[in-house]
Amino acid sequence: MASNGIRDKVAVVGMGCTRFGERWDAGVDEMLVDAATEALDSAGMSLGDIDAFWLGTVGNYSGLTLSKPLKIDNKPVTRVENFCATGSEALRNASYAVASGAYDVVMAIGVEKLKDSGYSGLVLATGWTDGTEAELTAPAMFSLLAPAYSGKYGVDMDTLKDVFTHIAWKNHRNGALNPRAQFRREVPKEVIKASPPIAGMLGIFDASGVSDGSAAAVIVRAEDAPRYQEKPLYVKALSFVAGAGKGPIDPGYDYTTFTEVVASAEDAYSQAGVTDPRAELAFAEVHDCFTPTEMVLMEDLGFAPRGTAWKEVLAGTFDLDGTLPINPDGGLKSFGHPLGASGLRMLFEAWLQLRGDAGDRQIGNGRKLALTHNLGGMPGAAVSFVSIWGSEPAAC
Amino acid sequence: MTEQLRSHRAYPSYPGPLCASDGANGNVASMPGVISYGSYIPYFRLRREAIAAALGTLGGKGTRSVASYDEDSTSMAVEAGRAALRGVPESAQPRALYFSTTRPAYLDKTNATVIHAALQLGADAPAYDMIGAVRSAAGALKAALDSAQPTLAVAADWRTGLPGGADERDGGDGAAAILCGNGGGDLPLVAEYLGGASATAEVLDRWRQPGDLASRSWEERFGEFAYLPLAESAVTNAFKEVGLAPAEIDHVAVAGTHARSARQFTKQLAGSGVSPGALADDLGAVVGNTGAAHPGLLLCSMLDSAGADETIALVVLADGVDVLLFRTTEAVTQGVGRRDGGLAGQIAATRDDLAYAKMQTWRGVYRLEPPRRPDPVPPAAPPSYRSEEWKFAFVGSRCDCGTRHLPPSRVCMSCGAVDHMVSEPLAGVPGTVATFTIDHLAYSESPPAVVAVVDFDGGGRYTCELTDVDPGQVAIGTRVEMTFRRVFTAGGVHNYFWKARPIRGSGAASPRLPAR
Repeated sequence: MASNGIRDKVAVVGMGCTRFGERWDAGVDEMLVDAATEALDSAGMSLGDIDAFWLGTVGNYSGLTLSKPLKIDNKPVTRVENFCATGSEALRNASYAVASGAYDVVMAIGVEKLKDSGYSGLVLATGWTDGTEAELTAPAMFSLLAPAYSGKYGVDMDTLKDVFTHIAWKNHRNGALNPRAQFRREVPKEVIKASPPIAGMLGIFDASGVSDGSAAAVIVRAEDAPRYQEKPLYVKALSFVAGAGKGPIDPGYDYTTFTEVVASAEDAYSQAGVTDPRAELAFAEVHDCFTPTEMVLMEDLGFAPRGTAWKEVLAGTFDLDGTLPINPDGGLKSFGHPLGASGLRMLFEAWLQLRGDAGDRQIGNGRKLALTHNLGGMPGAAVSFVSIWGSEPAAC
Repeated sequence: MTEQLRSHRAYPSYPGPLCASDGANGNVASMPGVISYGSYIPYFRLRREAIAAALGTLGGKGTRSVASYDEDSTSMAVEAGRAALRGVPESAQPRALYFSTTRPAYLDKTNATVIHAALQLGADAPAYDMIGAVRSAAGALKAALDSAQPTLAVAADWRTGLPGGADERDGGDGAAAILCGNGGGDLPLVAEYLGGASATAEVLDRWRQPGDLASRSWEERFGEFAYLPLAESAVTNAFKEVGLAPAEIDHVAVAGTHARSARQFTKQLAGSGVSPGALADDLGAVVGNTGAAHPGLLLCSMLDSAGADETIALVVLADGVDVLLFRTTEAVTQGVGRRDGGLAGQIAATRDDLAYAKMQTWRGVYRLEPPRRPDPVPPAAPPSYRSEEWKFAFVGSRCDCGTRHLPPSRVCMSCGAVDHMVSEPLAGVPGTVATFTIDHLAYSESPPAVVAVVDFDGGGRYTCELTDVDPGQVAIGTRVEMTFRRVFTAGGVHNYFWKARPIRGSGAASPRLPAR
């Protein structure tokens, strides 16, 4: 399989991101206008400079979702959807459009309005089915990782609970430093640990926030980037895979890994020429939809050898001041998870960190690469996106 | 895909009557009777003292069976039908299905077709509901015995009444399936049907309007006045018809809608020459009166305990009286019905600690605050129709390379071959829990939902709900078997599908049927 990538062919020259959270004050239209306007401002552009748009959203249909509120007249607006990796899918397709030469300047924008449903949890429309698929909630799906990991690596459930608690504690701590995050306060470990159960051994604090929000990026050819932006972000790798969904039907799958993440990470590292991600990356934004997910991702992304992520988490390896900070912006856990916006929100943290604009949570390890990882689906049946971005155009 | 898989469906070709009925052409004389039978008792029972504790009423002794939140008359009938058909040869597979209940899951729409689909009967076998009254079950059984072809008479019921009343206390839930047909030759019967008699009268003793939870009944002593003469007449006629004397009856049981008459008539039989040792237990102490299922359950119970060449009398008092007389054969002692201890074994594997409030919640008497989630979406008709074998009979597919797929798939996940699949029935295959979770947020009629990844013996995996389970008792490695359930009801549509349940142990600490 050839996956040539578009390393250093396109660059991000502007970004915007709304505050995430329970946005009773704003609808889809307002949030799109806010994110798009902030992205255009930071690129020094106006809406008329954009040749084409890619809109990522799960719950809204068609390009009109974007063109109507922004009054975009007769330009291409493509709506994409790919589960929780929807925002990344918009980013990926927009980047390819520029790399192909079809357009000079494009916008990738993601949005989600989850809190108007009247339900506190994630509610998605389902299709017409024969009613035979088990009705699992998202936390239940991801909670399947815990007993499987415990059994495979002999980590007792009490220790795992401490691991998950540390992940939630860390992401809340990071989010407390982030003015755009949904949850902006530290939460003591004993509170996290004692939170009411939602599925398996997961409590309410093991789950990411259900939120509203929008994020946007303006993308141009790398050689054009200096015309718009003093400090652009250059693409190093974009990899997306969909698994065959075999986990739930294949006795060979053991629920301790996302095979799709392993495949997309390998592809991305190969595109970017990264051989030792733990040493080369300044930080990573990963899809911490639930705390066990973040633990397993540390192994799937090659940040920790198999069976050791739990130890590394407890040792603080992935804390803000650790060897490889993970989710410095608070992650899905604390920043929130408006599905269509999340992939672009991850890129937004790379935008801030690699350009030195991350304020109180600025990482100062001197490395110039950042990774974003965005997951959709469930263990055993997922789509996975990995991207790598750098602050310098040539290989770093 | 569906068309292709359907072509593998078994449509047993019935060879016609197994032998000539008059025997005049030299064939062995055929005889109508019972080919096989199976019963189903739900996992949960309520101690009657729990009613007293909850309501401050007198309560009562013993227990009654209670269908779980995900069971209804149709799903229990499927379970009894599966038990009756297990190991039955191709030549004896039902050529028709009659289903009786007083609590049909649907009106207008036939419920027997769901049972037909779950049991994978041939498309050319008709399936009829004979529903509404308890007596329908006696009629269905008689009609099946009168049929020239193997016919499955299955009855299922859940019985209740207003809180604190006798019907709630003395009712029971369960199902029984009797496979009837002409035996002889290489198709042995467990019991020959000798004949019987009926008596009919219009009696306003017990009635219920469609949709009502509870029945109404007339003053108790009136029913006794009406039923006893009818019963005497029918039993006398039945004995005369088949040439048996009361003293020749080895097992007799009386089922009925009027408890006082049934008890009284049982006593009367003992006074009329029937040996007291022949009076079978009426299951009232442990199971309760299961309404339309009760005649079949009592027949199952008697067949379970009968020796070879013994006579059985089944008396049903319900808007008249039906009497059916049988003589067991040698086959009854090795009968399929006795596997796993028969009805008594099933009861022994149940539990009797159900809370009264739980039962009332399952019955819809208490309506609990639902989770803040959208209501489930009803299954759609066309996809359910397309996946009939999968949805109703739990049939997956198996690739030429041996890999099992649940649900059936056109492309093999192991070798990638396209359309090299055959149907693979998995409802009877046990499995092991690979991993599991307890979902406190998912919609369930009895939260929390317990969901397990099940690996089936011999290959294949499916993720499904567990039922009849104590969430605290599930572990990786728990052995499970599949059971047919009503997963939920939404928009007036019952979503029938399969769940896994822990394989019932021998239930050493559970009560046994009282000795007769």
